[in-house]
Amino acid sequence: MDEGLRSELSKQGIFTTTLEELYNWGRKNSVWPLGFGLACCAIEMIAASMARWDLARFGAEVFRPSPRQADLMIVAGTVTKKMAPQVVRLYNQMPEPKYVIAMGACAISGGPFKQGYNVLKGIDRYIPVDVHIPGCPPRPEALLHAFMKLQQLIDEQPLTGCNRPRHLRADAPTEFTVPEYGPHDLEPPKNPEVWRPPVIHPGEA
Amino acid sequence: MESLEQLQARVAQAVPAARLEIVPNDSPAGQPSLLLNKDAALAVAQFLRDDPRLRLDYVSNVTGVDWLDTVITRKVRSRQVIEGIEREIEHSFEEKKPGCLEVVYHLYSMELKHGPLVLRLRTGNRSDDVHLPSLTPVWRGAEFQEREVFDLYGIIFDGHPDLRRILMWDEFQDYPMRKDYAEPDDFEYEPTAHGEVLERARRHVGTPEAPHP
Repeated sequence: MDEGLRSELSKQGIFTTTLEELYNWGRKNSVWPLGFGLACCAIEMIAASMARWDLARFGAEVFRPSPRQADLMIVAGTVTKKMAPQVVRLYNQMPEPKYVIAMGACAISGGPFKQGYNVLKGIDRYIPVDVHIPGCPPRPEALLHAFMKLQQLIDEQPLTGCNRPRHLRADAPTEFTVPEYGPHDLEPPKNPEVWRPPVIHPGEA
Repeated sequence: MESLEQLQARVAQAVPAARLEIVPNDSPAGQPSLLLNKDAALAVAQFLRDDPRLRLDYVSNVTGVDWLDTVITRKVRSRQVIEGIEREIEHSFEEKKPGCLEVVYHLYSMELKHGPLVLRLRTGNRSDDVHLPSLTPVWRGAEFQEREVFDLYGIIFDGHPDLRRILMWDEFQDYPMRKDYAEPDDFEYEPTAHGEVLERARRHVGTPEAPHP
């Protein structure tokens, strides 16, 4: 709908909207995170949900104990290789539409533990991540910022056309390969459908 | 607490099978330790715990150490008569020191408020003779720490009630804290690569999954 016409109508006391806007407005203000934490970032996540930072202002105060009732997975902390299959399985058990925030350096890339033998070098190797927050750990404000980014992302999702989100496409995957424990590493070590290593330019760094 | 020499003598009296060796420590900590032979380790541990002057009833820490095979070069000078002239000749010997796996126990006494006493046990080698007696029957607190040493170094503790991997998954076959452990090559990408990590990331450049820039 034309923006000018819309503002003209609103001046006359006529409120117009679209189904898409209403639908996304409802979705973005009731994103329920899954209540699980992996390391110290979880403490900041808990702080963000309590009175001082009050994630409830964004409609996300209900941390669900079950993945079946959750819309958002906040991967808060170091994902060890031993824990990675369980994280992916939890993600698979969440109903669509579902979103992921990778919180902190460890969830993004392994962080300070990247060179450890038992640390996954980023959860985006196995599941699609919508928002990455850097920080070690990120402050609650950073989590709120990520949350507002996610709301913006949900708000901009078109319901029709080729750019419509995954949950409105029958052919899009809703579950991703759960890695298995191998003799030396996880099998597979990454899911190429989700993640491909970016091209590095040695010398530019 | 009595000195290690006194302790050594007393243990030798109480446990005839024990052969103890005092391992000096040249580091700033300067804390010498007792090396036990593995056959008498359990009896010595029992003595250390129950002796009224020691009462070492608490294991605060159990650690593993991996000693690789090393070659030590020694130089010996000797005087020899060559062609009628006496000369000083230097010989160098290469001495091979076989590697082993070692486990270190730090003991304290809660009752008498003294410690630590550092115990060491060594395996025969790093490959097939990696059995050591478990001290968990004497100190229950060593259970999880011995499991961790088993998990990361591959030392097999005989007599341990529940010897399983504790940090890595059960299907895992390597021992990550051994010095010859080869990590899986999963450094395809490093945002600020440098040094060894850059080399490892570079190995992946040009492969189908990371095409050459």
